[in-house]
Amino acid sequence: MKQASPTRQRLTALGLLGIPLLTFPLVGLPSGEWLGLPASYVYLFGIWCGLIAIAAWVSERKGN
Amino acid sequence: MLSGWFILILSTAYMALLFAVARFGDARADAGKSIITANVYALSLAVYCTSWTFYGSVGRATSGGLSFLTIYIGPTLMLLMTGVILKMIRISKVHRITSIADFIASRYGKSQFLAGLVTIIAVIGVVPYIALQLKAVSASLDVLLLDTDTNLPWWLDSTFLIAALLALFTILFGTRHLDATERHEGMVAAVAFESVVKLVAFFAVGLFVTYGMYGGFSELFQRAAESPELARLLQLDSSRAGTWTAMIVLSGLAIIFLPRQFQIIVVENVDESHLKRAIWLFPLYLLLINIFVLPLALGGLLHFQGQAFNADTFVLTLPLAHGAEALALLVFIGGLSAATGMVIVETIALSTMVCNDLVMPWLLRSSRFEASKDLSRLLIGIRRIAITVILLLGYIYFRAAGEAYALVGIGLISFAAVAQFAPAMFGGMYWKQGTRAGAIAGLLGGFAIWLYTLLLPSFARSGWIGNGFVEHGLFGLSALKAQALFGLSGMDEISHSLWWSLLTNLGLYILVSLNTRPDAVEAGQAERFVDVFRHSALETDTRIWRGRASVNELVALLERFLGPARAQQQLSMFANERGTADWQKLKADADLVHFAEAQLAGAIGSASARVMVASVAQEEDIGLEEVLDILDEATQVRAYSRELEAKSQELENATTELRAVNERLRELDKMKDDFISTVTHELRTPLTSIRALSEMLHEDPKLELADRKRFLSIIVSETERLTRLINQILDMAKLESGRAEWTTNEVDIRDVVRESMDSLGQLFREKGVALTGELPETCPLVLADRDRLTQVMINLLSNAVKFVSSQTGKVHVSLSADDERVRVEVIDNGPGLTADECTVIFEKFRQGGNTMTDKPQGTGLGLPISRQIVEYFGGNLWVESEPGAGANFVFTVPLPGPEEQQQGDK
Repeated sequence: MKQASPTRQRLTALGLLGIPLLTFPLVGLPSGEWLGLPASYVYLFGIWCGLIAIAAWVSERKGN
Repeated sequence: MLSGWFILILSTAYMALLFAVARFGDARADAGKSIITANVYALSLAVYCTSWTFYGSVGRATSGGLSFLTIYIGPTLMLLMTGVILKMIRISKVHRITSIADFIASRYGKSQFLAGLVTIIAVIGVVPYIALQLKAVSASLDVLLLDTDTNLPWWLDSTFLIAALLALFTILFGTRHLDATERHEGMVAAVAFESVVKLVAFFAVGLFVTYGMYGGFSELFQRAAESPELARLLQLDSSRAGTWTAMIVLSGLAIIFLPRQFQIIVVENVDESHLKRAIWLFPLYLLLINIFVLPLALGGLLHFQGQAFNADTFVLTLPLAHGAEALALLVFIGGLSAATGMVIVETIALSTMVCNDLVMPWLLRSSRFEASKDLSRLLIGIRRIAITVILLLGYIYFRAAGEAYALVGIGLISFAAVAQFAPAMFGGMYWKQGTRAGAIAGLLGGFAIWLYTLLLPSFARSGWIGNGFVEHGLFGLSALKAQALFGLSGMDEISHSLWWSLLTNLGLYILVSLNTRPDAVEAGQAERFVDVFRHSALETDTRIWRGRASVNELVALLERFLGPARAQQQLSMFANERGTADWQKLKADADLVHFAEAQLAGAIGSASARVMVASVAQEEDIGLEEVLDILDEATQVRAYSRELEAKSQELENATTELRAVNERLRELDKMKDDFISTVTHELRTPLTSIRALSEMLHEDPKLELADRKRFLSIIVSETERLTRLINQILDMAKLESGRAEWTTNEVDIRDVVRESMDSLGQLFREKGVALTGELPETCPLVLADRDRLTQVMINLLSNAVKFVSSQTGKVHVSLSADDERVRVEVIDNGPGLTADECTVIFEKFRQGGNTMTDKPQGTGLGLPISRQIVEYFGGNLWVESEPGAGANFVFTVPLPGPEEQQQGDK
C-alpha cells in the first residue's frame, strides 16, 4: 500500500497545532502593548504569519 | 461629485477587461496551453473574499474588534488538512463529479432525491449571499453618487443593471459548451485577476488611511486607546470564546462546502500538485487583505466621531472625505471585483446543480422530452435560464430585505446553511457505513433547525412574518423560542443555530446510518469513495456492471446529451485508448457502458446519468452481497499481488546472492586447480633433475669422482629445495585454514630485525651486498609471535639479496614507530618492479623477474605467507617500487590498545 505522504502529515500536524494557538484560552492571554501595537493584534497576526511561513516551507521544499 | 455616467462607463470598461482576460484564458485552454498555474489556482481561491470581506469586515471590526479575523483563520486551518481536500479532488476526478450536490448524491448510491435536496439547501442558503453582493455594490454606488434619484423606473436602477451585466457575463463564460469536466479556465483566470485587483485596492485605501490620514499603525492605535469606547475593540473579549471557536469552525467548513468554493477548489482544479501552493499562498492573501481592516475601522470611527455614519462603507467614505476621488474609484472597482467574482462563480456552480439535479430528473420523466434528438442545446439553455433566475432571486431578495440587515449577518447565515453538508461529506469520505437514509435524515434535520433558528428569525426581523416564535416560542412554548432553543441562551444566534443544527444533523446521520443497510449501488460507491487512493478508477467499476446493451443506443444517448460532434470526438478518444481505430466497431461491453455513464455524469450529474444509461441498457441485478464480494475480492487480489511482488523481489535477491556465491565457488575451485597444477609443476622440476642425476649415477659406474660429487651436491640442494617447498606449502595450508599455531608474546621488533640481519649476514657478505640498519633507541613492544615475525623479516631480506646485483647491491633496513603502529622498511637498489608486479608478487607461486627465461630463484610462496602472517597481527605488508628505482618492502604491526596492553602485562 502507498504510504501516506509525510508532507501531508506534517501539514495536518501544523493545522492541528494551529487550532489551540488561535482559539481561546490562548488568544486571550496577550494584553497591553507589544512593540507599540495592541498585543492581541500582534499575537494573532504573528501566529498566523508563522503558520503560513511553516506551511510554505514544508510544502515547497525540494524533493517533495 | 462623480457623475453616474462616468461610473457606469468605468464599470462597463472593467467588465470588458474581465471579459478579455476570460476570453484569453479560454482561448489558451482550447489551444491546450492552459494558463492555470499553481499561482493562478491559489489566487482564484480568493473568490472567498467577497464584498462581504471588502466592505463588511471593516463594519464588523467597528463592533466586534478583532473577532472578524475568525472568518479567515478557519480557512487557513482547514486548508492545512491537505489530505481531506486532496481526497475530495481525487474522488471528484475519478467519478467526474461537477458539484457538491453531485458529490453527495454519487456517494450515497447516485440518489436523485439526495442531489435535489442538497441543491435546494444550497440555493436557499446562498441566494441571500448573492443578494448581499448586489447590496454591497448598490451601497457603494450610493456613496459615490450621493444624489440618488429614487424616482427612476426599476429597469434603470443601477443595481439591476449590474445584476443584468453579471448574468450576461456568467452566461457567456459559464455555459459556452457542455463539458464532461465542467471546467471553465477563462472564468478562473478572470477570478484570479479580480483577486489581485481587490487586494491592490484594499491595500491602497489601507495605506492611505493609516499613513496618509494618521501617522501610521502606532499613532492610530494610541489614539484609539485613549478613547474607552475604542480601546474595547483592541482587546479580545474572553466572554465570547464560544463564538470565536464557532466562527472558526463555520468558516473552516464554508471554505470547502460553499458551492463556489467547491467549484474552484475541486472542480476547476487542473492539477493536484497546485494544492501545494494554494495551502499557503491563499492564507497569505487572506492575511494581507486583513492587515488594514482594524486600522480602517478605527480610523473611520475616529474621523466620523459624533456624526452619522455607515461603518460598512468606511473604505469609500474615508478617501472621499479627503477628496481622494481617484482612490475612491479604485476602491469601488475593488469592491465590484469582489462582488462580481463571487456572483459569477456561485451562479455557475448553482446553475449546474439546478440543471442536473432539479430540472433534469423532472425532464427525464416527461413524455415530450422523449422525442427530442439533440439535448445538448436544451441543457445549455436550462443552465442559462437557471443563472438568470438565480440572479433575479438574489435581486428580489435584495430589494425586499436589503435594508434590514447589516452585511455581515447575511453572510454568516449562508455559511451556517452550507455547514450542514459537513456530516454527509466527511462521513461519505471516511465512513463506509454511512448510508443514504442517514445522509437524508441528517440533512433534513439540520436544514430544518437552520431554517427555524436562523433564516426565519431573519425574515421576522425584516417584518415579513410575525416574530412571535422568536419572542415567545412556537405555540407559545418557551422551550421552542427560535433563538434560545430548549432554553439554551447566552450564545449569539449563529453559534446557537450552528450548535443545534450540527448536533441534530450529525446525530441523525450516525443513528440512521447504523440502523439501515445500504443497497448494492450504494455499498459499491461507499467502497470506492472511502478507498479512492487504493482503487484505481476502472478496474472494479466495470466488473460491478453486468447486463446487455447495444452500441447504437449508447451512442445515440451520448449524442443526445453532448451533441453529435462532441459525442463522436469523445468516442473516438475512448476507442483510441482501447486500441480500436474506429469507434463504430466498439463492443457494447461493461467498459463502454461505464464510459458512457461517466460522460453523461459530467454533463447531467451522476444520478441522472445512471437513470439514462439504465433506460437503454438492461442491467442484471447484482445483489449487495455480490457487489461486496467483488470489491472484497479485488482488494484481496491486490493484496495477494503485492505479496507476490514482495516474494518475487525476495527471490530475486536470493538468486543474486546464490549467483555471487556460485561465482566465488567456481573461482575458488579454479584457484585450487591452478594451485595443484602449479604445485605439481614446482615439485616435478626438482624431482626431474634429482631423478635424471640419480639415473646417470646409477647407470654409469665409471663416472668421474668430481662429476659424481657435483651431481650429488645438486641432488642434495634440489632435495633441500623440495623440502622447503613442501614445508612452505604445508605452512600456507595451515595459515589459510586457520590451524596454524601462534604463540603471542610481547615482542621488541628491534630484536627481531637485529637477529634476522645477523643470521643472514653471511649470505650478504658472500654476495658482496652491503646491509645497513637503522634502529631507534627505544621501541614500543608489540603483541606478536616472535618466530613468525622473524620468518617475515628473513623472507624480505633474502628476497632483497636475491634481486640486487652482487658487489654494488645495497640493502637498508629501517624501523620507526608512532602512536599506533611500528613500521619496518626493507629498501634495496635492485631492478625494481612495475605497478602490475607490485600486486602480483603477493599471489602464490608468482615470482619477481622473468620466470620464462630466468631460473626461478624462490618458491613463490614467501611473500604470500609473509603477508598472511602480518595481516594476522592486524598489520599490512606492501611494496613501493618503480622499475629501475629499487624496491621498498614495508610492513607494519599495530601497537596493542590499552586493554590488550594490560592483558599483556599480566
